[in-house]
Amino acid sequence: MIRRSRLAPALALAVLTPALVSCSGDDGPSITVYNAQHEQLLEELAPQFTEETGIEVELRNGKDLELSNQLVQEGDASPADVFLTENSPAMSQVEEAGLFAPLPEDLVAPIPAQYRPASGLWTGFVARSTVLVYNTDLVDPDELPSSILDLADPEWAGRLSFSPTGADFQAIVAAVLELEGEDATREWLEGIKANGTVYDGNNVVLEAVDSGESEVGIIYHYYWYRDLAEGGDVSDDSALYFFGDEDPGAFVSVSGAGVLASSDDASDAEKFVQFLVDRTGQQALADSYALEYPLNPDVRLDPPVKPFDELQPPRVDVSDLDSRTVVDLMTEVGFL
Amino acid sequence: MTAVPAGTGGRRAHQRAPWPLVLIGLLVAAASLVPLGYVLWTTSELEPGQASDFLVRPRVGELLWNTVRLLLVGTALSVALGTAAAWVVERTDLPGRGWWHGLLCAPLAVPAFVNGYGWVSTTHAVQSFGGAVLVVTLSYYPLVYLPTVAALRRLDPSVEEVAQSLGHGARGVFWRVTLPAISPAVLGGALLVGLHLLAEYGALQLLNYPTLTTAILQQYATVFNGPQATLLALVLVGFCAVLLVLELALRGRRRRSRVGSGVSRTGERVPLGRSRAAVVAGLSLLVALALVVPVASLLRWLVRGTSTRLDVDSLLGALGSTLALAAAGGALATALAVPVVWLAVRHRGPLATLVERSTYVAGSLPGIVVALALVTVSIRVLPALYQTVVVLLAAYAVLFLPRAVVSVRASLELVPPGLDEVARSLGCSGPAAAARVTVPLVAPGLAASVALVSLAVSTELTATLLLAPIGTETLSTRFWSDASSVAYGAAAPYALALVLLSVPATWLLGRVSLGGAS
Repeated sequence: MIRRSRLAPALALAVLTPALVSCSGDDGPSITVYNAQHEQLLEELAPQFTEETGIEVELRNGKDLELSNQLVQEGDASPADVFLTENSPAMSQVEEAGLFAPLPEDLVAPIPAQYRPASGLWTGFVARSTVLVYNTDLVDPDELPSSILDLADPEWAGRLSFSPTGADFQAIVAAVLELEGEDATREWLEGIKANGTVYDGNNVVLEAVDSGESEVGIIYHYYWYRDLAEGGDVSDDSALYFFGDEDPGAFVSVSGAGVLASSDDASDAEKFVQFLVDRTGQQALADSYALEYPLNPDVRLDPPVKPFDELQPPRVDVSDLDSRTVVDLMTEVGFL
Repeated sequence: MTAVPAGTGGRRAHQRAPWPLVLIGLLVAAASLVPLGYVLWTTSELEPGQASDFLVRPRVGELLWNTVRLLLVGTALSVALGTAAAWVVERTDLPGRGWWHGLLCAPLAVPAFVNGYGWVSTTHAVQSFGGAVLVVTLSYYPLVYLPTVAALRRLDPSVEEVAQSLGHGARGVFWRVTLPAISPAVLGGALLVGLHLLAEYGALQLLNYPTLTTAILQQYATVFNGPQATLLALVLVGFCAVLLVLELALRGRRRRSRVGSGVSRTGERVPLGRSRAAVVAGLSLLVALALVVPVASLLRWLVRGTSTRLDVDSLLGALGSTLALAAAGGALATALAVPVVWLAVRHRGPLATLVERSTYVAGSLPGIVVALALVTVSIRVLPALYQTVVVLLAAYAVLFLPRAVVSVRASLELVPPGLDEVARSLGCSGPAAAARVTVPLVAPGLAASVALVSLAVSTELTATLLLAPIGTETLSTRFWSDASSVAYGAAAPYALALVLLSVPATWLLGRVSLGGAS
């Protein structure tokens, strides 16, 4: 035991030294970003920001609510300067906890007001559209429903798949709730639960539809386009159907960016958010593999992605999405 | 010389444990119980009515049913396969036993979630109860196989020969003599399998098989704050308590020790005769399912993956930090396990049992619960350590202490306490006697413990994501990030690196189990 007790710390120190050294290279200015957006996307964007400003970006990656829960847990002691999400509910949670610093009005001006909360505490910077992906061998496009609510009808029994356990679907349900009310939402959730197969992750849903295991699936648009751009492994036997006419199924979910009030480098953090919403950053977003919709009207995605201004999303204010009720309803129906 | 009969150690059992040892043991136990404390504290935010409304509903019933049947069938199959394979390798005239031993240990090098990924990207048929049982059994049976082989190897064959000479057939000898003698090893392995099945996330998530643990993770991915998630975690702790009591009851109070490490004589081997072909076929099938399927699927993705754009720097960086964390985590957990096991084996009593059993609780909890507990505690009590390697290693130690305790215990139990006393009577001080006599004898167990914990650390996902110093990426976090964004091809190199990295530890475990590293 004696021999061990000297050996163990020495060994630990020896093996960890390189790891520790590599974590502490703070020569220049740097900010810490809690990133729930796709990791790959930020790995493309952050270096461009660093090149432009000389500010290093350190990323902590996770999912929307994992990171928002962590931020709430950390409170004022959080090392984070900026928080980025895929969907708005996690932003609202951090906002409610009082952890965001207001963003200057002129900074967020490039983003249309409907993609920002009334509070001005964070801003949307990129968006994704709800779509129905369908297997082209199994489904005739004429059969497809005009509303996402119709998927709860008995004719879709056993043909539908979706991924209810995650921030993406939660945002879609929040839109249905806002537009249709609580009772209709509960009924809809019960219907699609009876009709559908539950998978974990939109990518899994896409794969299930493309392989014919499921006929249609509820996902966001970019999963399919990205796969198409990568060679079409799981998008060759499927196609996208966009709901129109301000249907809840045409809901566009907003990814948010905000600066933490506890940040020690608030001005650098603001610069990062500014980069994300300004033309350069938005163009970099548009040019990346991500294929999510830039929200700055000066920038657009190239084809084949359906143009943002051709979408017919319902009018939903990001501040109005009521995620708590969504979670209660999903728990009641038995998804959680 | 084997199996000192029950009761001979009775006097020594009441010998007072030195207070520093007790103190260290209590501290380790307290640290292990931090996550449970967090779970209780967070859950107490719920009113009793809310809690029962949440728990008593069909969805939770479905999760419980899934968890229970996976636990029962997965553990039973792992025990059956692990014990049978160990017996065949150690006690029969199976041809190529050394090779089979290596192949049977090898699945340890394939992390459960890599195995799940291999299977699910081969056929969707595994997204079912049967598939879940298949994958977890193939991933976890080595946890039973290894200690069982080791126990069989150390078991003096003369006892079995005596039974044989008294008229027992091969089967009778196995059930009445061999099995009781190796039962601590089998039970220890079964306990580890059970705990892992309770906490398994990655593989089951890929197999789309919802259990309490995947539901807890989903709670954290969907719901604000976690009293409901910790309520589910509390149910897991309940399962863990049942397993712990059950194992303790089955283990009994017998002491087992033998003199002379690893020099046991090989006994007469049972001839397989006509069933040899069937046994070889069965083992081949096991190896094909556990190794060939996942590795072939990895290689297939590596070759064809359209998203394969291998970033060598990132791969090497992840490899380096995985290696460092695995080694340090293994060493730390082992160092903490030693005093706990010493108390439990050498100073039996209610306190020692309580200390030892407390170290298992966190092992049944999902990594994210342990991680959030440490986030909460470290940010309030030790803010300077938050998101440093120290807290991450503490999380690893707490999560994987059961692996270390089981490994160290298996070897310390076999060292007769008398040796220690002889050394003292010859003038060694207590610690010197431990260092000069006992440590060399338990060295293989310590090595096995470091290896087994390192394997677990290198595949850990959720605690690493939350607690790692910013910018630290491991092979498994990289793998997960790619695999969960459809980039199967991009994920493959990380999975393969993880498998290759696990080979030395697996090899070491295989050697130790045969007494080769002593």
